[in-house]
Amino acid sequence: MDLPIYLDYQATTPVDPRVLEAMLPYFSERFGNAASRSHAFGWTGEEAVDRARKQIASLIGASPKEIVFTSGSTEAINLAIKGVAEMYASKGKHIVTSQAEHKAVLDTCKHLEKQGFEVTYLAPSPTGRVSVESVAAALREDTCLVALIWANNEIGTLNPIREIGELCHERGVLLFTDATQAAGKVEVDVARDGVDLLCLSAHKLYGPKGIGCLYVRRRNPRVRLVAQMDGGGHERGMRSGTLNVPGIVGLGEACALSQRELEADRVHTGALRDRFEGRIFAALDHVHLNGDPEHRLPNCSNLSFNFVEGESLIMGVNDVAVSSGSACTSASLEPSHVLRACGVGDDLAHSSIRFGFGRFTTEEEVDHAADEVIAAVKRLRELSPLYEMVQEGIDPGAIDWSGNH
Amino acid sequence: MAYSDKVLDHYNNPRNVGSLDKGKETVGTGVVGAPECGDVMKLQIEVDGDRIVDAKFKTFGCGSAIASSSLATEWIKGKTVDEALSINNTEIVEELSLPPVKIHCSVLAEDAIKSAINDYKAKQQVDSPEEAST
Repeated sequence: MDLPIYLDYQATTPVDPRVLEAMLPYFSERFGNAASRSHAFGWTGEEAVDRARKQIASLIGASPKEIVFTSGSTEAINLAIKGVAEMYASKGKHIVTSQAEHKAVLDTCKHLEKQGFEVTYLAPSPTGRVSVESVAAALREDTCLVALIWANNEIGTLNPIREIGELCHERGVLLFTDATQAAGKVEVDVARDGVDLLCLSAHKLYGPKGIGCLYVRRRNPRVRLVAQMDGGGHERGMRSGTLNVPGIVGLGEACALSQRELEADRVHTGALRDRFEGRIFAALDHVHLNGDPEHRLPNCSNLSFNFVEGESLIMGVNDVAVSSGSACTSASLEPSHVLRACGVGDDLAHSSIRFGFGRFTTEEEVDHAADEVIAAVKRLRELSPLYEMVQEGIDPGAIDWSGNH
Repeated sequence: MAYSDKVLDHYNNPRNVGSLDKGKETVGTGVVGAPECGDVMKLQIEVDGDRIVDAKFKTFGCGSAIASSSLATEWIKGKTVDEALSINNTEIVEELSLPPVKIHCSVLAEDAIKSAINDYKAKQQVDSPEEAST
């Protein structure tokens, strides 16, 4: 077993060796520009891009012509939300999203608010789900777009996208979903699920960084976008710029593998996650699961270890690479906006850690990681004045801390 | 984020972890911070005459908060109450090479020392009514 153990698969994934192998020729002998129509170098590139388009479309139930390549999900999110907003502004300038979205969605919406758009930020349930009823209640005559994440990147909660898709189609409103964490992990079918726009990113599903795509529906309804990048008119005018052929080949191969191995990956990561959580809950009290126990990604576990601060816990588990739900590791001292939106108290948000499991995680790694987490939590609780209070029968939550700042 | 060797040392081998009997009249207890802010420090001193003969701490917080309070107990042990009161948070920042985002940890440690001393002093006034009334 190599150390440290990587349990941060929601942040990024290693490139699958089969994906890398497919990509390599496109850096060297097959280097052609896919837009070169006049020679074989270009044709080879174009063929590779066409094949990748089919592989990606197949994973999400789309047609290859509906795939627009981008540099990743952040760009695809910007293109989807700004592109739709600008194109349909005459229909209405209202957007519905949620408080638990990724920052790429929230910051794009804030940008549009400055341009005169109105945005409704729905509150999710305590487990992080946005209900179809809350979306229905928020829709207005002038709503041009609903933008909701499929699987939350911090807590793994799955939104009821199919129900929301049905609702949006009934009401004639476009639905964009950020499927960065969901694609390749759970079944995604844009036709069945009534999704009009969807983004995904290669590096979250064992492909390379720097490549992703936006699915843009072509019929029932045909979605139109205002391009955010002008240039040579690539990608049917929606996203100019020379195509990243090796990256696209990698994204395509990663999608094909994820489609073929979706069930195996789900069983594998789900079993590891359950094994990990089983060990943790058996050994420690005062541990809370953040997110939805039923509707969640198979490979994500977000836990709050009460009375232990998240950053100190990460420091204590040297052999395990994980992320903290408390943003203390960045310049900001604010706890996670997702946990806050779920109504998780700031004390528990400061104690949260996200564990992500993947295709290459082993049982041995999970056991080692769980043991190390358990030991660190026990040690830090010995250091914790809050845990001491609880042992003495005092509830730290019942104390007025306001005088202690 | 890279931690300084001194922060890592205090985090891995914290000094003076534990609790003193807070009911004892020679013991002063300071609790500062709040769970919602991600930091709570409890620092206790035992005073003999005007000298701090023992100090203990428990901290809920990041590695820098744990190191700041561990260092604080190490520094005040053996000092007089007045000497302990003169410890400034900037000395803790310097000793532990804390980055700007972690300066609040040192402020909290200074507050914890002062709060423990205030508690001790308040106890002396209550416990010695004759002295207080003269």
